[in-house]
Amino acid sequence: MTRISRALLALLALAIVAFSAWALVDNAPLYLKTLLNGLTLASLYFLVASGFTLVFGLMRNVNLAHGSLYLLGAYVGWVVGDHTGSWLLAVAAGFLSAAVLGLLMQVLVFRHMEGQDLRQTLVTIGLSIVLADLMLWGFGGEIYTFDPPPLIYGSTVLPVVEKFPTYRIAVLIAAIVIGIGLWTFLARTRVGMMIRAGVDDRGMLAASGVNVQLVFAITFAIGAGLAGLAGVVGGTALSISPGEDTRYLLASLVVVIVGGMGSVVGASIGALLIGLAEQFGLAYAPTYSVVFTFVIMVVVLAVRPRGILGRAG
Amino acid sequence: MSAAQWRRAMNSAAAAAAPTVRAPAARSVQALPSSAAETVPSWPGRWLARIRPRHIVVLAALIVYPFVASPFFTYQIGAQALALGLIALSLTFLGGYGGMVSLAQMTIAGVAGYGVAVFGTSSAAAISLGWPWWLASAVAIALATAFAAAVGWLSVRTEGIYTIMITLAIGVAFFYLAQQNYTVFNGFQGFNRAGAPEVLGTESRDPVAFYFTALACALAGYFLVRHLVRAPFGIALQGIRDNPRRMASLGYAVTAHRVAAYAVSGLLAAVGGVLMVWYNGRISPGTVNLGAMISILIIAVLGGMKHPIGAFVGAIVYVLLQNFAIDLFVRERFNLVIGAGFLAIVLFSPDGLLGLWAKLRSSLVKTQTPQQTRRQP
Repeated sequence: MTRISRALLALLALAIVAFSAWALVDNAPLYLKTLLNGLTLASLYFLVASGFTLVFGLMRNVNLAHGSLYLLGAYVGWVVGDHTGSWLLAVAAGFLSAAVLGLLMQVLVFRHMEGQDLRQTLVTIGLSIVLADLMLWGFGGEIYTFDPPPLIYGSTVLPVVEKFPTYRIAVLIAAIVIGIGLWTFLARTRVGMMIRAGVDDRGMLAASGVNVQLVFAITFAIGAGLAGLAGVVGGTALSISPGEDTRYLLASLVVVIVGGMGSVVGASIGALLIGLAEQFGLAYAPTYSVVFTFVIMVVVLAVRPRGILGRAG
Repeated sequence: MSAAQWRRAMNSAAAAAAPTVRAPAARSVQALPSSAAETVPSWPGRWLARIRPRHIVVLAALIVYPFVASPFFTYQIGAQALALGLIALSLTFLGGYGGMVSLAQMTIAGVAGYGVAVFGTSSAAAISLGWPWWLASAVAIALATAFAAAVGWLSVRTEGIYTIMITLAIGVAFFYLAQQNYTVFNGFQGFNRAGAPEVLGTESRDPVAFYFTALACALAGYFLVRHLVRAPFGIALQGIRDNPRRMASLGYAVTAHRVAAYAVSGLLAAVGGVLMVWYNGRISPGTVNLGAMISILIIAVLGGMKHPIGAFVGAIVYVLLQNFAIDLFVRERFNLVIGAGFLAIVLFSPDGLLGLWAKLRSSLVKTQTPQQTRRQP
């Protein structure tokens, strides 16, 4: 890290501290509430982006249909939840439906165009258009909402902030649990080990006798499934409607660009930065909130072109 | 382009071109005659020698077209296809010759379009500055070109597939900014009745006049690209596309060439964006949303990115589909049709319609030797 970028970082940190001090003195509940909202949004972004970054890290496949997987999981989850009345079943259905679609995409399409980055990306763009239109056809333009189970419904009283929706706290906890689970899966299990080895060197992994196609398929299914799961979780926190796919696609893109492609820890850092920036922007500078997201991206790209935890190669 | 030509151009480029690039167009104009001097006395002569009957036929058809077609076909189909084609051409140049597929071309066009509305006249009198149309357009184009160069500088720091992600993120972020900001972009409704200029009493939204304006811009853009890709700058750019490391070790400023390519493509897209605003008479966030950004990619890929004419072929097909898909297929399923068509092209004919045409021709004309196929990888 050069001296200039270190000075820039120090300046940035100083600005954040100064802003926080001012905001705490000015209106502490607003500041803390925005902080909590930012953390909730960050957990949602992490859920969506971790799948994206996993798939990219292993397969060099930029899946621009990731937002569509999010929306598909949300819609399927809504249908299941509507029929069974169980929110947990809806979450499971969201995960499974997106995972199956992701598996099909990998086995039927991407497997046959390995190493052709651009073509794969173009295919995912085509798929996202087709999927978006099919979902618009099937579900119309209406806004759908979920009812979370009574245990995490309503609001909790917290110090200073007073009332805060319980569900958002649950999302935060769930994201942390899933994040730790994902980390454990990658760090401790045999399949996770293969995935990490594949991220480092695909050719070597194949040469040591591992069925790479199987590893790819599993990774794609998990990555897509996480997007679908996030669809139901995020759809409950906010709502589902056409256009949400774009929103979460942008979020995943920025999160992994900032955090570094292929790194789950990087995705969590990126999600934290972007989620907080977005909520603070919305609370304190409503018409320019996207600019904050953008500035973060520009600064990171200028200092570390491959993201905060990205590695060259 | 044959290997010998390529090598010759490379040599002259190495001699003529200092590694830093400031004004690629101006420099290549100076540099081309020196490379051409060995073979043909003057470059106008070389240009004339390249004209084929089919070029004259196409040009004549383009000129006669508005006088035989109905105003609808002149304006809605012809002029729109030319304006969209120009934006797609900017992507063809960047992607086909520079190897950088940017999704932000529609955003750059949108910056120019918003510039026309903000600096010129529109229904939002509180925001529009009311400058004369020529000044507003010129400033808007300059601004969009600078924006394109900035996008380029950001995205060329990384390579390959990262480019598409970064440009996509920039484009979508711009869309959300335009949608949520009311002080500059007038938020969701955007600008209506935006600056269609009146020159010498004729409003340029008169179908025939607008058609010829668009045609002039499209032809200028087309020949600019045709010229650039043969000029030292374009040759170096193609070299960078094929092997950046080797070009860097030959002493070329890889980053500068790439950023310059972004700026050139930004200029093309900006002109297309100004035309789009004149054509629609309005601009709103919907003009630069994800669908619009992707449609430019679809047009370029549909036509084929190996030759500049592909952008216009793709645009004609796209505009025709957009206008008549409703009659041919289920109503409102245009996106499904265009998405499936795009998928089919990407999966089965990566070179687009031009690739299909080349395949068709080579299978029809069996007498041709394989060497005579026009393009090489």
